[in-house]
Amino acid sequence: MTSQRALRILAPLLIGAVFLGVWEAIVRVKGIPPYILPAPSAVARSLWVDGPSLLGSLLVTLRITLAALAAAALIGGAIALLFSRSRLLELSLFPYAVILQVTPIVAIAPLIIIWVRQPFLALLVCAWIVAFFPIVSNTTVGLNSADRNLLALFRLYGASPGQILLYLRLPTALPYFLAGLRISGGLALIGAVVAEFVAGTGGAETGLAFRILEAGYRLAIPRLFAALFLLSLTGIVIYLLLDWLSRRVLRHWHESVRATEEE
Amino acid sequence: MPATDPHPAATGVAATLSRSAGEGLDTEPIVALSGVGKRFASGLEALDGIDLSVARGEFLSLLGPSGCGKSTLLRIVAGLSEPTRGSCRVSLGQPGKAIPSGRIGFVFQDPTLMPWSTVAANVELPFRIAGRVGAEQRDRAAAALRAVGLAGFERAYPRQLSGGMRMRVSIARALVTDPELLLLDEPFAALDEITRFALNDDLLRLWQTRRPTVLFVTHSVFESVYLSSRIAVMSARPGRIVADLPVGLPQPREGARTTPAYAAMCETVSRALGTAMANTPA
Repeated sequence: MTSQRALRILAPLLIGAVFLGVWEAIVRVKGIPPYILPAPSAVARSLWVDGPSLLGSLLVTLRITLAALAAAALIGGAIALLFSRSRLLELSLFPYAVILQVTPIVAIAPLIIIWVRQPFLALLVCAWIVAFFPIVSNTTVGLNSADRNLLALFRLYGASPGQILLYLRLPTALPYFLAGLRISGGLALIGAVVAEFVAGTGGAETGLAFRILEAGYRLAIPRLFAALFLLSLTGIVIYLLLDWLSRRVLRHWHESVRATEEE
Repeated sequence: MPATDPHPAATGVAATLSRSAGEGLDTEPIVALSGVGKRFASGLEALDGIDLSVARGEFLSLLGPSGCGKSTLLRIVAGLSEPTRGSCRVSLGQPGKAIPSGRIGFVFQDPTLMPWSTVAANVELPFRIAGRVGAEQRDRAAAALRAVGLAGFERAYPRQLSGGMRMRVSIARALVTDPELLLLDEPFAALDEITRFALNDDLLRLWQTRRPTVLFVTHSVFESVYLSSRIAVMSARPGRIVADLPVGLPQPREGARTTPAYAAMCETVSRALGTAMANTPA
């Protein structure tokens, strides 16, 4: 259905254009000063002028985000694997994973920054703490969701625990893991930004969060909006990439992919 | 299991699950159950005093109402569950050794396929677990798929197939190792009647050409009479065998569904099942 697909792209774009138009009109008609609310055109101009330096800062933030996401996927996956191997381990450690998850990162970021001297590593740890839980929780459920009859069949054919893990439990857990990864992608970005807000500059290079703070102090509100815009754009791109990855990996067999592609 | 076993005295030598082979005589039954009982940890008495022996090459149906423990019985024969009383002897492979993998084939009520694997990879699973998937194994998988009428579907994924075709894949997987004992747990219960009749005929043909011993669990009188050489009728709570009926209908049976002899046999079996149901607390 090509018209469906066109609608899916055009409808949000149209809403965005109308929103920006109304915003621009209100700012112009009411004469609102840019340090209260800059018009979209002013934000676009700032994006053009400050773009190159903002992009440099974006790269710093992005590096922390991606490293945190990779660490969340690796360590989160490993923890889930450990949980699925030992019920005792899961029972005794899972509550602490929850505690780590519900503790506001803003509250513990200063401590982490004191404990971990290396700034990049400190920011990474903060972003990781925010990002790892959905992967642990989802993958643990997935690893324990293997079909009972398939398990019986594997036993009937004399499969080793390693074979059951490799051929049955891991493939079963894959969609769960990927769903967790999609949530963690956005959380890793939020974690990186929040940590940077608390930590200030991450060494010689400054990330996007620091630029937002700085623009706020200097009342350079159009630049603040430009940085925010870049941040949202990054979040969207990360989500779309992970969504694409998930579809790509699951396209042949998982119901979640069929639901949208065979309408 | 022992911690909750209400019959500690029976778990000793008498209940030792002997899954090794006997003397290898042709007259020796391939499956011999004596006094088999199964009580679950919940206290539910699933089976009680099951004596059953299955000769090589037989097609035996276990017929009974739901909850009569026929699936449990099948799992005990497969070695997936241990009886709490009595003994279960399955004579396959070398005497005194564990049953080699692939000598027993199992088909569940659901196709139980791996959705992430192609049809070919699903059928090759027993070989993959045994650690050898070469050209010969791939040929055997292709042959098993041909035997169930699915040649050309090797690269398809399970979700692209109909329910009947998925069940055929499941049967191909059970057949691929050329098992001597084929266990089927209500494999066609979820299918429509047309597909079910077609698969009944396919199963009969496969049985006649390969001659495995078949244990077939069903709750359909008509299906059991059409397929079996012998029917064991079971009653529920606890599961017991209440009638053991040989089916004398000639082979091949294509078209036998309309003969008077078939109708008469169905009536006999129905009456036995009716008696079994009457003795079952509702």
